Amino acid sequence: MSVRANYANYQGPVRDRVENFHGSQLVYVMWERHLLFCAPLTFLADPAMSFDAFLTEVLTPALAPHPESEKLDFAEAQWRLDGEAFEPRGEASLADNGIGHKSQLRLITPRLSDLADAAI
Amino acid sequence: MNAKTSKRLNMKERYRIMTRDLGWEPSYQRYEDIFPQESFEGIKIVDWDQWEDPFRLTMDNYWKFQAEKERKLYAIFDAVSQNNGQMKISDPRYLNAVKLFITAVTPLEYNAYKGYARVGRQFGGVGARIACQMQSIDELRHTQTQIHAMSHYNKYFGGMHDFPHMFDRVWYLSVPKSFFEDASTAGPFEFLTAISFSFEYVLTNLLFLPFMSGAAYNGDMNTVTFGFSAQSDEARHMTLGLEIIKFILEQHEDNVPIVQQWLDKWLWRGYRLLSIVGMMMDYMLPNKVMSWSEAWTLYYEEAGGALFKELERYGIRPPKYADQTVIGKDHVSHQAWFIFYQYGHATAFNTWVPTAKEMDWLSEKYPDTFDRLYRPRFELLAEKAAKGERFYNNTLPQLCQVCQIPLAITEPDDDTLISHRDTVHDGERYHFCSDGCRDIFHHEPEKYVQAWLPVHQILQGNCGGADMEKVIGDYYRIEMGEDNLDFEGSAEQRRWAAWKQAV
Amino acid sequence: MSRVFIALQDNENARFIVEAISEDNPAAEVKHSPAMIRVEADDRLTIRRETVEEKLGRDWDTQELQVDMISIGGNVDEDDDSFTLYWNT
Repeated sequence: MSVRANYANYQGPVRDRVENFHGSQLVYVMWERHLLFCAPLTFLADPAMSFDAFLTEVLTPALAPHPESEKLDFAEAQWRLDGEAFEPRGEASLADNGIGHKSQLRLITPRLSDLADAAI
Repeated sequence: MNAKTSKRLNMKERYRIMTRDLGWEPSYQRYEDIFPQESFEGIKIVDWDQWEDPFRLTMDNYWKFQAEKERKLYAIFDAVSQNNGQMKISDPRYLNAVKLFITAVTPLEYNAYKGYARVGRQFGGVGARIACQMQSIDELRHTQTQIHAMSHYNKYFGGMHDFPHMFDRVWYLSVPKSFFEDASTAGPFEFLTAISFSFEYVLTNLLFLPFMSGAAYNGDMNTVTFGFSAQSDEARHMTLGLEIIKFILEQHEDNVPIVQQWLDKWLWRGYRLLSIVGMMMDYMLPNKVMSWSEAWTLYYEEAGGALFKELERYGIRPPKYADQTVIGKDHVSHQAWFIFYQYGHATAFNTWVPTAKEMDWLSEKYPDTFDRLYRPRFELLAEKAAKGERFYNNTLPQLCQVCQIPLAITEPDDDTLISHRDTVHDGERYHFCSDGCRDIFHHEPEKYVQAWLPVHQILQGNCGGADMEKVIGDYYRIEMGEDNLDFEGSAEQRRWAAWKQAV
Repeated sequence: MSRVFIALQDNENARFIVEAISEDNPAAEVKHSPAMIRVEADDRLTIRRETVEEKLGRDWDTQELQVDMISIGGNVDEDDDSFTLYWNT
């Protein structure tokens, strides 16, 4: 469908195109069924950064306040990228892993503690 | 006694003379040049004279009754300020609901005033123009009386000092702001469907009735008085909202699918917006009147149910995803408060973990959800706070492209999984909280690609840089340690204790 | 069958209006909550000027209802002598 406007060819500016992020891109991460962080997290990341570096430098410190973060082992985790099963290559960049601007990663971990009962 | 014998005209005649008869047929300008926005939405109006205002209110009586309402209202404001009304509230935590009201709701009244002034100009029918004119003036009155009511509290409490500035900038206020701007930038008929019908008729009862009753129950005489005074206008707006819908539907069968799509859209948008009200009722009123879930049952399912039954004969079905709102009523208030609690460093009000007694009330009102999902969360937070590690989320949340609420609401059929949808449009990926919001985007992608999402604006560097303290303090004007953070240990709590000691 | 309702501010005027409603609509249900009175009925509810005037002991214009009314549910039909809420179902 498309908008019914008072004049022809109405098109609003695409406000979040990647050019507006000064060389970085957005990456969202949802830690599935872990709701202490109320919503998936939004990160600004360099697309040339390796996936491993993203995990250690960006994601790990962000998740540190979660009581289960100490037991979190990325080697045991499963990933989904934009709704598809995803096997990240650690040394490859975000871009080479197919993680585009405004992609959403989902982190799925096995049961780590009793907090899982209330999806905390 | 017979019908009143009066020298004056009766109501019906007066209405005819003082509305319809004020119009005229244009002779030297084309109709479509005078009313250039009347047709582009696809709505077909055959005969504007079918428009009926059941109240038959004329401008002279309008001024008379409004003046009386104002006299009553301002007498109470004077009494409250002359009698230290700020000290009569149940608990200083209560005032945080008022702070949220003036920053989130009062600016909407002002936008409604502008909106009705604009659309009133666009209708060919005199009855519709006069109704919009009255409503526009009403909405301005609401803005002014709310500011006056709360100015008394502003002398004693934080968080209210820069409300119009905050409305334009603060992350959670983008939710009401974008809601109304969506309506204001629509055509005149969609605006009426969105605001007069979906919002005023179906949803404002949920804001004003239980919440204002709650204000009364918490000793806030100013709020309950302006609330009910405003709502006395709303009763007229609601009636008009219903008449408008019936009028549009009766004019032409081609209008039915257009109106249906607007109802689907605006009921969903309104439902999402009201998550904030749910949280005010369940978490911010220390003395509670009814739960959000009960209010939703009474005012949406029962009152709304009667309404949609009435509209069936025009070929209108209940709004799409109405079933999801019924499931959501047991979750959204908890999920919303949980968002504000963890971003409580970036709010112009205090947040807190509910007391043990309050949690028991929530368990009783939400037997299927609270103890299983939300109590453990709040108990963990209370435990952390007791150890001096009060939880603040220092990351930024992912937002819905349409409602702009953080993706914190769970799937209708899986309450431990965040509800998330996405789509790719013109090579760009967009994210949503629900099927409802994604449908809205798909219908008008050219409009929603330009959403001003607060998180993305911060990360683009448009809100004063990368330092969150500067964004909160300088860009939002939320004063650190004064307006925000946990109620426990707050400036408000200290001041309240000092005043109570002095009495 | 659907419920119509009117909610009034809990004030001195409303006390008499509610009395009048109850007299003219015996099946109407009156519910009190803080600062507010809600009157409900099946399908139809009529407020008659004459009865309200009798209760108030003074002249009363049906449009005066607007000063004390907080909300309504149902279609409205108003003239000089009465104010009716109804559903067509």
